[in-house]
Amino acid sequence: MTTTHLGMPTVASDPHGHLRGTESFPVAAHRALADTQLRQNLGHATRTIRAKRAAVVGEVDDWEELRRAGECLKADVMARLPELLEQLEASVTARGGVVHWARDAEEANRIVVDLVQETGADEVVKVKSMATQETGLNEALGAAGIAALETDLAELIVQLSDDRPSHFLVPAIHRNRSEIRDIFLREMPDVDPDLTDEPRRLAMAARAHLRRKFLSARVGISGANFAVADSGTISVVESEGNGRMCLTLPDTLITVMGVEKIVPTWSDLEVFLQLLPRSSTGERMNPYTSTWSGVTPGDGPQTFHLVLLDNGRSNVLASPDGRQALHCIRCSACLNVCPVYERTGGHAYGSIYPGPIGAVLSPQLTGISGPDDVNASLPYASTLCGACFDACPVRIDIPHLLVQQRAAAVDAHTRPTAQDVAMRAAAAAMATPGRFSLAERVVKLGRLLGRSGRIRSVPGPGAAAWFGARDMPPPPAETFREWWARRERTRRDRT
Amino acid sequence: MTARDEVLARLRAARDAGGSTSPAVPREYRRTGTLPPGSAAAVARLDETLTDYKAAVHRVRTEDEVPGAIAAVLRDAGATSIVVPAGLPAAWLTAYDGEVRTDGPPLSVADLDATDAVVTGGAVAIADTGTFVLDARAPDQGRRAISLVPDHHVCVLRADAVVSSVPEALARLDPDGPLTFVSGPSATSDIELDRVEGVHGPRRLDVVLVGPV
Ligand code: SF4
Repeated sequence: MTTTHLGMPTVASDPHGHLRGTESFPVAAHRALADTQLRQNLGHATRTIRAKRAAVVGEVDDWEELRRAGECLKADVMARLPELLEQLEASVTARGGVVHWARDAEEANRIVVDLVQETGADEVVKVKSMATQETGLNEALGAAGIAALETDLAELIVQLSDDRPSHFLVPAIHRNRSEIRDIFLREMPDVDPDLTDEPRRLAMAARAHLRRKFLSARVGISGANFAVADSGTISVVESEGNGRMCLTLPDTLITVMGVEKIVPTWSDLEVFLQLLPRSSTGERMNPYTSTWSGVTPGDGPQTFHLVLLDNGRSNVLASPDGRQALHCIRCSACLNVCPVYERTGGHAYGSIYPGPIGAVLSPQLTGISGPDDVNASLPYASTLCGACFDACPVRIDIPHLLVQQRAAAVDAHTRPTAQDVAMRAAAAAMATPGRFSLAERVVKLGRLLGRSGRIRSVPGPGAAAWFGARDMPPPPAETFREWWARRERTRRDRT
Repeated sequence: MTARDEVLARLRAARDAGGSTSPAVPREYRRTGTLPPGSAAAVARLDETLTDYKAAVHRVRTEDEVPGAIAAVLRDAGATSIVVPAGLPAAWLTAYDGEVRTDGPPLSVADLDATDAVVTGGAVAIADTGTFVLDARAPDQGRRAISLVPDHHVCVLRADAVVSSVPEALARLDPDGPLTFVSGPSATSDIELDRVEGVHGPRRLDVVLVGPV
């Protein structure tokens, strides 16, 4: 069995939580690339999901119009974020919820630990949430003697094997079915010893393992996919029903959400509830979406806390372009189409936000402390092929953001290399939307400028090791888009 | 400075630095569906999409056929006890001979767990996606726990609750909720990203669809 355990402190010593690994992307990627099993697992899973997504997106004839609406809705939210948050606070409070504010991960964790301690519970059930992964809440609860039970199947796999999530949607995407069976056999005390690796049997084992916990849980902890400012409605999108269990059965519900998850009105959800399921699991609709507003007498938790988390988001908001990274609805489509992610997996990014969006979000959330900051290497975790933009349901121009952040890193250098200059030119070209292919050509210029035909000096710590590991001269002579177009032409000619 | 004031102050400064002009939101996507609400075509499409995500669909022409359809489904599943919300039409259960537990006063979670099935109505259904929505405050749908804990859910949907698209459905719903959007039995994509049915929510889902066949 392969274990890819990359260095990440188990207790978040950084007030930002789990937004930074302990080694640079090239170093971590180098090791991941050597793991054949990991590459096979990722290749299989991402191929499956890409095909499913393409099929259900193809059914929707107004997909591009939905994407454009999603993009502008998010841009509107950013322009009115403080006012919308105050409105959300008022709506939630009016419906019996209690709103808390957290400057950083540490503060959010402290708030949640205190709230759980007030209930006297020593165990909580959790539905998968990127926000609490980000803050390292489970470790904080553990330090306070409170057991946090992850209930999402993939999170459970990660938790049982003392691993780290490597994908937004399927944190255990790096595990195949037989590895999952082995983990269950080893870690679930009452599991059937004849458990097979049939996915249905594995799902049943998870059901049996968690059932009693759900039915007796007193405190549930969740994230939020969306929060509607004018009605105070919170929404959680899920598949297994573990979310419904956590949101419905406990007496107390604590929801932790990043401040950017807000949408102005209920009807705006009509855009996102179409974009999200088709982009993430490749389904017309995910099995379960729950929405609730404050406390409903006689139904569900009678105490509801909403924790609004900044943790660097205000840094990101201050950048006119960079704030696009806050538009992300965590569908993971950009991960699934990324040729780099597909080969390295999520752990190599260090931060709990992997893939193309992680590469532009994490460094902005933490800020870059200097050339040795491991997050400074993340904007280089890309071939700039543009597939992430095409897949993104809210049209985040990730390639543009990547180039921009590389350029920002370059500005810190005293003597620019040929590649630096090309990167800056590319950033300028990409400032105008629609000129991306021109920018791609400029990046290739960097290749011409390189003295030996190989790029020897790439800004960003250890980047050369990354390129070395991939054993190819980047940027490629042919961009991904050109390659794709050529491949499509060849395929058409053949049929 | 409280955390609230500090976060809001930071966000205000950042927003002003990054730009505070709101773009107009283009609403060029379809806000009315391709199939008329309640039409035979919408009902037929819902049948297809529900079936595609492994719900078993039972079509009946009129309300009179509902009791027979419910009883047949429960018999097939071997359900000897069911829970129903207090406002479920009593006529729907006239052909069922098992034990009926009405959720009023509320049953305990342990009682729900010891009940074979739940029968509810639905607020609205979306043909394009194979979804129905339960409104916890509707008398024939009931609080969320009753349609969650039993392992088998039978939902009765009338044609007039069927719309084509997500925007049409949201327009009919009250955001004060609680609402549960259900699209097939519980499932997971967490093992190699393939969909497998049957995790924590009801593993069996039957939909009795009342309307033009
Ligand atoms: S950046 Fe776009 S594609 Fe990537 S996870 Fe976020 S919303 Fe999805």
